[in-house]
Amino acid sequence: MAITSPERRAWWNEPVERVELIWIAVALLWGLFMFFFMIAWHFIGGQNLATEAYKVTPSAYQDKVDAFAEKYQVRDEAGTPVVRPPAGVDVYLLGRLWQWWPVLELEKGQSYRLHLSSVDWQHGFSLQPTNINIQVHPGYEHVITLTPTESGEFGIICNEFCGIGHHTMTGKIIVVDSKAETK
Amino acid sequence: MSTFEGALAATRERVANFRTCQFTGLKVDIAAQRLIIANAVAAVVFLAVGGLMGLLVALTRWPAVHLLPAEWFYLILTAHGANVLLFWIIFFEIAVLYFASAVLLNSRIAAPKLGWLGFVLMVVGAIITNIAVLQGESTVMFTSYPPMMARPHFYLGIILFAVGALIGVGLFFATLVIARAERTYEGSIPLVTFGALTAAIIAVFTLVSGAIILIPTMLWSMGLIRDIDPLMYKLVWWAMGHSSQQINVSAHVSVWYMIGALVLGAKPLSEKVSRGAFFLYILFLQLASAHHLLAEPGISAEWKIVNTSYMMYLAVLGSMIHGLTVPGSIEAAQRRNGFNRGVFEWLRKAPWGNPAFSGMFLSLVMFGFIGGISGVVLGTEQLNVLMHNTIYVPGHFHGTVVAGTTLAFMAGTYLVLPLIFQRDIIWPGLARIQPYLFGIGAAGISMFMMGAGTLGVARRHWDINFTDAVIGFQHSPGAFLMMGLNGISAILAALGGILYVLIVVGTALFGKKIVPGHKMTFPLHSAARVVSKYGSEGTIKLPGTIVLVTIFFLSFVLYYFVNWKYLSDLWQFR
Repeated sequence: MAITSPERRAWWNEPVERVELIWIAVALLWGLFMFFFMIAWHFIGGQNLATEAYKVTPSAYQDKVDAFAEKYQVRDEAGTPVVRPPAGVDVYLLGRLWQWWPVLELEKGQSYRLHLSSVDWQHGFSLQPTNINIQVHPGYEHVITLTPTESGEFGIICNEFCGIGHHTMTGKIIVVDSKAETK
Repeated sequence: MSTFEGALAATRERVANFRTCQFTGLKVDIAAQRLIIANAVAAVVFLAVGGLMGLLVALTRWPAVHLLPAEWFYLILTAHGANVLLFWIIFFEIAVLYFASAVLLNSRIAAPKLGWLGFVLMVVGAIITNIAVLQGESTVMFTSYPPMMARPHFYLGIILFAVGALIGVGLFFATLVIARAERTYEGSIPLVTFGALTAAIIAVFTLVSGAIILIPTMLWSMGLIRDIDPLMYKLVWWAMGHSSQQINVSAHVSVWYMIGALVLGAKPLSEKVSRGAFFLYILFLQLASAHHLLAEPGISAEWKIVNTSYMMYLAVLGSMIHGLTVPGSIEAAQRRNGFNRGVFEWLRKAPWGNPAFSGMFLSLVMFGFIGGISGVVLGTEQLNVLMHNTIYVPGHFHGTVVAGTTLAFMAGTYLVLPLIFQRDIIWPGLARIQPYLFGIGAAGISMFMMGAGTLGVARRHWDINFTDAVIGFQHSPGAFLMMGLNGISAILAALGGILYVLIVVGTALFGKKIVPGHKMTFPLHSAARVVSKYGSEGTIKLPGTIVLVTIFFLSFVLYYFVNWKYLSDLWQFR
């Protein structure tokens, strides 16, 4: 029994049941498949998280976001600037207690280099309802090349606990159809 | 290791006082028995406290109830994590370690006085951390990610607890050495002890990682260190946080085997295969820290893929092997017990009225289907982005730690009470339904949280209505429904939990004392008495188990690809 010593002292020499061998083989192959599928997705898939990142001080990042927002601001929404950068440029988003700043307006089908960082605690970038979730660290600037594939208004909520106002931390990305399509 | 040496030195003089168990024939060191009882009692106390906190959390997240104010919600959630994930489970695991070493090997326990020192350290540490949280300035969640800072004694309590637990683990090793030196058993250690050894080895890695990260974090909180890098913290902290869940896996798989042996007379199908599966845990389970770094900046894809898959899923292979050999050994035993008709007579006529068995089997099924499959999907490099930090994550780990580990430990308790406390279970009618109540509740909690997470609901979040947010956001109605169902499931699980605590406390205080010739309410299998008859299973057909693992495998593959389909529909990013 499992609570007593093995009957045969040389238990490691006992033959293994066929059903066990087959199951081990199936499980091993399935594991290998799942392992190689992660690698394959880097070649065949459109969703792989970028590993590009830089060390940055909170104040330096704050400056970059401010300059970006000032340059491309198109209007104001509830006190937060709405920023519409041209396609293909570097886009900055800032997480802080307790907002995602600024509101971004992007074009569907265009690619942007989205920079993410925090100036205080860790935050969780959670784009809804698409459900893209990325951790945001202070001190690290994460650069993701993002291509929106649907238009509309998308909420950004925070899903890393960041203190008593955590549940009020939101932001927004507006995706508009590209000019070519709307014509 | 100094604990080890100390334990050996301190133990030389003691003359152990044994009794012989009338049901199993095992020799039980009274000093070990007292330590097992103390640790089990402490475990149940922290389960009661932490479990009620869990109910408060779930009732707050139920949008129609929304019980606690925000500040209290985050505070209680912090304490809930520490009390159940750390204190309940590790106290119980220390009891399992003492049982699997001293009792199963017929040995005296090493240095019981040191065992009491470890116990006191653990109790004091757990109380200090609870005080720190309840004082209100350490609401940092169980994970305490910097730069968010708790008061120094929050970390101190956990460090003391870890040191105490390490002493317990040291005594386990020392007891193995004593048992070997004094030839209290022949040949190799039993499989259950081997599983406990796996848990103990992982525990050393885990508890040392905890000390490595929490000591500097405490110094940082005291102002003696300027900065803790948040990424480095996560890497090392999760070498404790996730690996400690692998202690649970090893320990509860051992408990599965133990219950199978005691209640049904089950033997391992093959000693080699079952031990090999445990050995895979030792080699690869520690890599799981990577599961918490998949959505982080600046970590290479190669590192993520190798580590998150436990090196090509070799630790998952270990669990899948147990997923066959545990039900397989039960089927083999039941067929030997005469339930040989058809594919499933062995399962239909299993002792479903015995809470040790029903709890164990529910734990096995739910750990595999809910916790296991969701864990692999969540830990897949790219799929993680779909669920990272959503409430899917607690959904997953309530499937492993609540439906899996906690339920297995509850089931084990129904054997510990008569065999170690030597009291017969009171209220057998309630004890019969307890595992079902708790199990169904735990399954509901896990699945509805996973459902809500798939719809984007954040974990550790007070208000899914975003009432006070400047820029509003509205979740889908499905998300609200899922959170409501989660609340209802939490009530069921809490009822099961309360019953469990009442039965344990009631039995310990008022249960009928077990005297020679006593007939247990939930009897052991007659083979439990025959210690000399053991060994591998030998050739036997297992059609029922083959059907079960085939269903499991198909569910696994299907769910895996459904998630890749979801992922391929997302915005593109690279």
